[in-house]
Amino acid sequence: MRRILCIFAVMCWSAAAFGAGGHGPALEAANVDLANKTSLQRGARLFVNYCVSCHSASYMRFNRIADDLGLSEEAVQTNLMFTTDKIGDVMQAAMPPEDAEQWFGVAPPDLSVIARSRGPDWLYNFFLSFYIDESKPTGVNNRVFKDTAMPHVLWEQQGLQRLVTTNDDHGESASGGIEHLEMETPGKLNPDEYKQAVRDLVGFLVYVGEPAKLVRYRIGFWVIVFLLVLLIPAYLMKLEYWKDVH
Amino acid sequence: MNAVVKQLTGFRDWVDERFPLIQLWNDHMGQYYAPKNFNFWYYFGVLSIVVLAIQILTGIWLTMNYKPDAELAFASVEYIMRDVEWGWLIRYMHSTGASAFFIVVYLHMFRALLYGSYQKPRELLWVLGMFTYLALMAEAFLGYLLPWGQMSFWGAQVIISLFGAIPFVGETLSLWIRGDFVVSDITLNRFFSLHVIAVPLAIVGLVFLHIIALHEVGSNNPDGVEIKKTKGPDGKPVDGIPFHPYYTVKDSVGVIVFLVFFAGVVFFAPEFGGWFLEANNFIPANPLVTPEHIVPVWYFTPFYAILRAVPDKLIGVLLMGAATNILFLLPWLDRSPVKSIRYRGPIFKTALTLFVISFISLGYLGTQNPTTVTTWMARGFSVIYFGFFLLMPFYSKMDSTKPVPDRVTDK
Repeated sequence: MRRILCIFAVMCWSAAAFGAGGHGPALEAANVDLANKTSLQRGARLFVNYCVSCHSASYMRFNRIADDLGLSEEAVQTNLMFTTDKIGDVMQAAMPPEDAEQWFGVAPPDLSVIARSRGPDWLYNFFLSFYIDESKPTGVNNRVFKDTAMPHVLWEQQGLQRLVTTNDDHGESASGGIEHLEMETPGKLNPDEYKQAVRDLVGFLVYVGEPAKLVRYRIGFWVIVFLLVLLIPAYLMKLEYWKDVH
Repeated sequence: MNAVVKQLTGFRDWVDERFPLIQLWNDHMGQYYAPKNFNFWYYFGVLSIVVLAIQILTGIWLTMNYKPDAELAFASVEYIMRDVEWGWLIRYMHSTGASAFFIVVYLHMFRALLYGSYQKPRELLWVLGMFTYLALMAEAFLGYLLPWGQMSFWGAQVIISLFGAIPFVGETLSLWIRGDFVVSDITLNRFFSLHVIAVPLAIVGLVFLHIIALHEVGSNNPDGVEIKKTKGPDGKPVDGIPFHPYYTVKDSVGVIVFLVFFAGVVFFAPEFGGWFLEANNFIPANPLVTPEHIVPVWYFTPFYAILRAVPDKLIGVLLMGAATNILFLLPWLDRSPVKSIRYRGPIFKTALTLFVISFISLGYLGTQNPTTVTTWMARGFSVIYFGFFLLMPFYSKMDSTKPVPDRVTDK
């Protein structure tokens, strides 16, 4: 019996471990911190300044952002709302989707749940991985999302990188060398500041993907505490009744 | 106080004169005698009922806000997740409940394999359980379309197209199921109707029959000993105890422990690393973009792996159907004179171990992109899977057994 349980536990564990394995290039961890409200607020500001001109987050309401990020409705109205003046509205792109499709070849996707389909690490690395590619209409390409139609909207912050291939005996890329990105034109932010800015933005996207994430861990903790407390009298009652079973 | 008790007793008696209230209670709770030696594996029956209740209750509340419309479905799920009070909790309970249902049902079925609970006189009990399991698979498949994400859409597209492999009528049949040439709004509407009314009704009815059949033949136990054979002077089984209060208080403990794990997933890992909620299903359904990697949710993947292991589509579909339906025959395939694994010989123990390994391995292989190696592995495990059942009449008969005691052994 105990042996069967052990075998079962090992199998479940190994199945879970298999499931965790991902695909594609190794991604640097985003390490977003949803408990950091100022980071989320900075992320929100980047989002409305650089993303909402083309992308919507059409399931996300401004007044919800005000509530969740600890901002007053006036603060949200002056700092975050450029496409509407109704606080109960959702985040709608400034650009009509038909125009966007014509200009970029593909309509920019809605970003409401992008952090849930792509994952925070992917998004974080995406913003770090733009490099100069003159053959593209946007002038840039991306190592994480090859041939993306999206321009490098944060280039002023990051600067522009170049893809460098160094020849090496242990060639890892298709061209037989190791690829890495080098800064060609530095931007307004130094690399660490830029990473923090991207982390703020991705943190905000994770929050937008699932606003309940801000509360569910805390609620879950108390639910489990309640259940564990309830377990005590339930178990004592079982012992009491089962005393007379021999 | 006394007056209140008197009034309540009076009301009970008034009902009892018109409805067999006390008799029903006694037959199924107060004087239903269950073996006193139930172990860990005997929690999963009651846990299936708990999960069924969770699914029905959360389902009712989801239905209040969900829109079964191809234009609105995806957004309405996100509306539930954001704008409905506690909607995220209701939704996560329902999505986690779907996987939890299969976990507890698979363990419940495994218990039957361990202790021979399908053997005479419990054949019909097992068959009713199997029908419930099939209804549950249908329910899960239908419900998975409703969020209208990429995996919802393409999963349904792939599974329905399997019916197309049936000669002559296949294409007509899949067209009839979809109501359209591709999965579309009309498919979503009918899946919603079946998921919310038809199949749950069947499941509840089957569970009712399953319990009635159980209480007619009595529960098996880890020793596989019939407790009804040894009765005391009062005519009650000496190794039996009344279900209420003994098992109601014991099951309460099990249910609370289960809920701790359930809450752990709901609140801390509702996606469960992509096993319960897939990342691709957060992309709205798009008939023009086929995802490169279409897999069903984990509880179907053992059968999906069998399907893919066969080069011919029709034979693959037939074998996939056979893989589930062969379980119906279990009571008649097992020729062993003993029920419980405790008194079986090494051959059955080896066969069961190989079966569990192949079922779990098939489940894993079904989630992976097939390669030549994994396809051959899936073929090997499929052979073991079917071998476990088809060879059972022989090995269960020739296997050595230990003497079965007259009475149950555990406390």
